[in-house]
Amino acid sequence: MKRLIAGLPFIAAVIFGGFFLWGLNPDRDPNEIPSVLISQPAPAFDLDPVPGLETPGLARSDLVGNERPVVVNVFASWCVPCRAEHAVLTRFVERDGMRLFGINYKDKPEDAVKWLNDLGNPYERIGSDLSGRTGIEWGLSGVPETFIVDSDGTVLFRYVGPVVGPDAVERFTQALKQAGALPNGAGS
Amino acid sequence: MVPEIGHFALALALALALVQSVLPIAGASRGNAVWMKSAQATAIGQVLFVAIAFAALMQAFIVSDFTVRNVVENSHSLKPMLYKVAGTWGSHEGSLLLWILILAVFGAGVAWFGSNIPAETKARTLSVQAWISVGFLSFLLLTSNPFERVFPPPLDGNDLNPLLQDMGLAMHPPLLYFGYVGFSIVFSFAVAALLEGRVDPAWARWVRPWTLAAWVSLTAGIALGSWWAYYELGWGGWWFWDPVENVSFMPWLLGTALLHSAIVTEKRDAFKSWTILLAILTFSLSLLGTFIVRSGLLTSVHAFAVDPERGLYILGLLAVSIGGSLALYAWRAPEMEPGGLFRPISREAGLLVNNLILAAATGTVLFGTLYPLILEAVTGDKISVGPPFFNAAFIPMMLALVVFMGLGPFLSWKRADIAGLLDRIQFVAVLAVIAALAAWYLLNGGPIMAYLAILGAAWLLFATLREWALRIRLFEVSLAESARRVRNLPRASHGMTLAHAGVAVLMMGMIGSTGWKSEEIVFAAPGTEVTIAGFDITFEGAAKVQGPNYIADRGTLVVRRDGELVTTLFPERRYYPVAESQTTESAIRSTLAGDLYTSIATPASDQVNNAGAWTLRILYEPLVNLIWIGSILLVIGGCLSLSDRRLRVGAPRRAKQPATDAVPAE
Repeated sequence: MKRLIAGLPFIAAVIFGGFFLWGLNPDRDPNEIPSVLISQPAPAFDLDPVPGLETPGLARSDLVGNERPVVVNVFASWCVPCRAEHAVLTRFVERDGMRLFGINYKDKPEDAVKWLNDLGNPYERIGSDLSGRTGIEWGLSGVPETFIVDSDGTVLFRYVGPVVGPDAVERFTQALKQAGALPNGAGS
Repeated sequence: MVPEIGHFALALALALALVQSVLPIAGASRGNAVWMKSAQATAIGQVLFVAIAFAALMQAFIVSDFTVRNVVENSHSLKPMLYKVAGTWGSHEGSLLLWILILAVFGAGVAWFGSNIPAETKARTLSVQAWISVGFLSFLLLTSNPFERVFPPPLDGNDLNPLLQDMGLAMHPPLLYFGYVGFSIVFSFAVAALLEGRVDPAWARWVRPWTLAAWVSLTAGIALGSWWAYYELGWGGWWFWDPVENVSFMPWLLGTALLHSAIVTEKRDAFKSWTILLAILTFSLSLLGTFIVRSGLLTSVHAFAVDPERGLYILGLLAVSIGGSLALYAWRAPEMEPGGLFRPISREAGLLVNNLILAAATGTVLFGTLYPLILEAVTGDKISVGPPFFNAAFIPMMLALVVFMGLGPFLSWKRADIAGLLDRIQFVAVLAVIAALAAWYLLNGGPIMAYLAILGAAWLLFATLREWALRIRLFEVSLAESARRVRNLPRASHGMTLAHAGVAVLMMGMIGSTGWKSEEIVFAAPGTEVTIAGFDITFEGAAKVQGPNYIADRGTLVVRRDGELVTTLFPERRYYPVAESQTTESAIRSTLAGDLYTSIATPASDQVNNAGAWTLRILYEPLVNLIWIGSILLVIGGCLSLSDRRLRVGAPRRAKQPATDAVPAE
């Protein structure tokens, strides 16, 4: 009995050690926040276009029934990382044929118009979420965030933060390919 | 050239550590006195070489030698000199070098000062210490060489994270490490005792000063870190239950338990295998902290750059040191003979309860810290455990602990006199209840838990003072006689009184600053007035100012009370262009009664239309300074106890201690 008790700390240490070994897996990222939306239908929303912009507004119905999965990007002109991400997304659209929709989050229309005029507009449609209501529906934790939505309206993938830098671009490209969101042969 | 000298010195230190890890212990088992003696020289040699390496790295930082990768990544030529020096231990590599330096310092300390320790025990202890050195020196040299060169050298460095450019934080790691790593020598003593299969009061007495020294530094280190978080992070909190804080707190909790159980081993020859286990676990938790901070295992605000290879190496070290020592414990501990017997109401029993509560609290913190990892491994769910869990689980335990803390010093060894005890404490209990009721009457409002905590803190404070008064027979004999008794009391006794009173003061600070905190967050244009806790604060506006390596927005806040000017506060939002990051420099008006705490953030452009509006955060935290004062009392108490004559003179040889009158300290 005494021997057993004296051995308990050792056994506990071995168990903890096992968990640590598992936790060291380099693919594991403790900062990653899984989305409750993954494999769930995208929330219902219907946003007006940004005033002063030719691009039409965005509703849930625009995401459904497309030939391939599409990408929804939440952005704002006041968000500095969005500016960095903008170039990456534009490249995905222009080079790889990704279809991109935007939700302009809590942004003053005139700022958004100026921002898009300066940097270019890769978005097919942009909904203006002035109140932030749609952002809540999507469960945003910050701006920017990017979602891949299947043609039946199911959310396939969520990326928190800007898709900037080789690792992020690589992960996002993989997700696009897996979802089949790119025309064949693109995305190399 | 200098970095190469440093690198070479590290290799030499590793060679010495390898010798020291084999020769003395072999000498101890063969009775070869020369081999045993060799530990003395190698331990001191080790500290010299590691110090040379450390000095070499520091030199590279001071002269901004941008051919060294570590300097490039963590320094900048424009940085103030103090932070260039502190940059030495700001990175993973540098801090690990500091870790090893302190490890070597403690080894050399035992070699130098441990003349009262028998040769065999000393040789074994130093060999065990050298095993740890070998592990970490090889880790440093193989995976994280701080002296790596970079070619071509860049024109300037990347700067140290500006959050870390602060006096409090410059001193925080050395103190914390001194505490953390200080427990290594206690661990080595414990493993040596297991190898010898013998633990006696003399052993406990050799271990005690080292435990105390480590505990004092750890206390100071944690308090300093908490203070830094309070005034630097800009939201007025002083404890976050962040994993990295928790891993420094766990060795402290268990080290506190060890400090107390070692007393029982020393005075009564009891709790022997428990003390050994605590010694092993305390250092194991320090190692665990090193591992968690450097492996990216958990999400935390202050982790180092993450590298799975390093994580794997440290996990290997952990497996060998913790697994090995606990296996040794499982094998040898059951053979240890149990020591002195005691009654359920006695000093021993009081300290046993103290130990159980502290161990349970440590277990709670450990569980809360690792639960996200365990849950993710088992179910794949990701969660984070936050303050609500820790507060709900931890605070009640601490309140129970406080009850026993007040009671313990009144109890005598072996068997306490219950009637006499009740007689001495009833007055204290009544006083504590009156204090809590008075607080209730005066303060009305605030959580019920806070009043329980006030009751606990008052009880602890009064009981500690009462016990001290009894000991010097205050008001029973003439004041001159009492003063003489004060001088004659052992310093360790004063140390205990101060430290226990320090905990009571600390609690008061925690209660005041959490239970009665007021907070205002406003979007303020110049001219806005805010009223908080009786202060009228006017925001005069913000201006740009230029610092040595940053640009700041400095707000001007005029504070008045009843129309009279109290002070003007200048909170800043600093931008460091080189590191491309921002920090908040809060401005605080500090008094014993409470802190008026202000910080300024960037304008919230999307919600406030009028130009020139800023987000202001203004808090009033009553009594918050008592937290730091209480911590200082704890540290002074520990130092007093450390300076006790009884720890410096030779250890006793199983002399029977008188168990009744003139109860010794602690």
